[in-house]
Amino acid sequence: MDQASSSKAAGPGLALPSKLAKISGVLVSLTLTFLGLTAITFVISRVMPVDPVLAIVGDRASNEVYQQVYLQLGLDKPIYIQYLRYLGQLAEGDLGTSIMTAQPVIEDIKRFFPATLELATIATLLGIFVGVPMGVFAAVHQGRWPDHIVRVVALLGYSAPIFWLGLVALLVFYAKLGWVAGPGRLDVFYDGIIEPVSGILMLDAALARDWDIFYNALSHLILPASILGTFALAYIARMTRSFMLDQLSQEYILTARVKGIPESQVIWRHAFRNVLVQLITIIGLTYASLLEGSVLTETVFSWPGIGQYITNSLFNNDMNAVLGGTIVVGACFVGINMLSDLLYRLVDPRIR
Amino acid sequence: MAEQLTLRGWLLAEVPRSKWQARSQRFYIGWLEFRRNPVAVIGLIIILGLVGVAALAPWITGSDGLEPDLVNRLQAPSAAHWFGTDQLGRDIFDRIIWGSRITLYIVALVGIIVVPIGLVVGVIAGYLGGLVDSVLMRVTDIFLAFPRLILAMAFVAVLGPGLENAVLAIALTTWSPFARIARAEALTVRNSEFILAAQVQGVSTAGILTRHVAPLCLSSVIVRLTLDMAGIILTAAGLGFLGLGAQPPTPEWGAMISLGRQYLIDQWWVPTVPGIAILVVSLGFNLLGDGLRDVFDPKSGG
Repeated sequence: MDQASSSKAAGPGLALPSKLAKISGVLVSLTLTFLGLTAITFVISRVMPVDPVLAIVGDRASNEVYQQVYLQLGLDKPIYIQYLRYLGQLAEGDLGTSIMTAQPVIEDIKRFFPATLELATIATLLGIFVGVPMGVFAAVHQGRWPDHIVRVVALLGYSAPIFWLGLVALLVFYAKLGWVAGPGRLDVFYDGIIEPVSGILMLDAALARDWDIFYNALSHLILPASILGTFALAYIARMTRSFMLDQLSQEYILTARVKGIPESQVIWRHAFRNVLVQLITIIGLTYASLLEGSVLTETVFSWPGIGQYITNSLFNNDMNAVLGGTIVVGACFVGINMLSDLLYRLVDPRIR
Repeated sequence: MAEQLTLRGWLLAEVPRSKWQARSQRFYIGWLEFRRNPVAVIGLIIILGLVGVAALAPWITGSDGLEPDLVNRLQAPSAAHWFGTDQLGRDIFDRIIWGSRITLYIVALVGIIVVPIGLVVGVIAGYLGGLVDSVLMRVTDIFLAFPRLILAMAFVAVLGPGLENAVLAIALTTWSPFARIARAEALTVRNSEFILAAQVQGVSTAGILTRHVAPLCLSSVIVRLTLDMAGIILTAAGLGFLGLGAQPPTPEWGAMISLGRQYLIDQWWVPTVPGIAILVVSLGFNLLGDGLRDVFDPKSGG
């Protein structure tokens, strides 16, 4: 309150510094959160029952070799030095080497990440394009049957275990009806034909103008994306509904109606515009949680994304890969959350 | 006078005569509010059903759900086996019933770990304020910003797969919202007169926190816990499905889906039925949580 009135008193000249203050505030919390994340993965990598030296030299190495690697890894140094060293390695993009693939973890992640990105992006888009109209529709018809249907659908989307939903969808749409392609990103037949440019198959296929592959990729993608998107849809529909209800009960809506403005304009031009700002945050949150939540969907649909990479590595005791994946997904999650928070703060003039 | 003699009259009397009466009245009025919301009542019925089924499991089931019966494997649902049998010939209905105990065990355990941590952190931060508050809330915010499932997976990777470890991993990633809520409540009561009175009487800070501040924060925390239960159940089932939670032959629902996965196409009931059980229970908690939130905090209802 104080801040708001003082900046008003000082006039518009202060607008820029206050924006800078917002940005720096978000940056500080971003840095702290990221440090927290790395601290946790660091602790996990120290606590785990695998001896990092033995993992490198093998158990038949002589004592001297063991000692040498022990010193090389800096395990004789105090713990905070080790942590700083770990941070330094992270900054250089060094996540260690995967035992399973015998490649640097960062290279593996570069290979697996586009698949997850593709899946989560399409799922979020589905959630937005279906969820937002559903929410608006429900709010406009509050208390009547369209509202009840939307609420029930949203609740079911919230409550259903996503991996089970995926299995049921595979059973119905792939095995029984044959409407879509099965697990994986492409039919085996098409594998490796297209030169990966972005790693996002549909984009690459479109660039190469190979429409057979494009449709095949689409047919593989549509089911997992819809399943992953149900959660996004439920959440977005529910929040849109509640934001819209808030706006529709405001007095300016009454004014607009009294002035004789058509109802569709009142809804979309007046109320929805004000909801849009709040929706940014919600969509950001959803996107971040889908990047993370795709782990289960990827397992069900054998989707070669980062979630499956982490799960497989976990079962092979490949801790570098698990922690590397955790850091990358965690960083994306934290980054997107902070970004949407920042956008919200910058766009909404009411927040100071 | 006649009004006073009925239970309802006693519960709705304008001036309560005892602490016990006042407390009962608060519950009763909350219940009247809650009862008006049919959706919430359905949620309550589902959860009570879950508890009932878990308690009566030995009398409802015909087997312990663990003993293989290979002669009768993968049988379709029938009068003898309502939900069919699984790949080892175990009755799926019995396994679902026994599994309800595991689900309750998971949510109870997570609740027991998470609520005290959240209360302690939140109440201390909110009541003491200043530097303590800043530091504690920073830590809370850091945990709040983490991706839950991935972090739980990383924790399980260190601790090793298993039901208790999965619970611990979930608890480590879910306590933060409770600390935030407890802090917000503690902030509102911190400057009340009864707190001042307690301070003047020389009650120690620890005494004020445990006996005066914490109990007032509890109801919001419990409501939030109910709302989070569905998420906890889904995460636990997800970890079970990935093979990181309860291990076979435990009839945990997520693990049952995972084991039944390969029979999806020809024996659809094996992986499908446990999923319905998860859906129903998680729906129940969501409905109940929504209803409780409307009773305790009508403004935030969505």
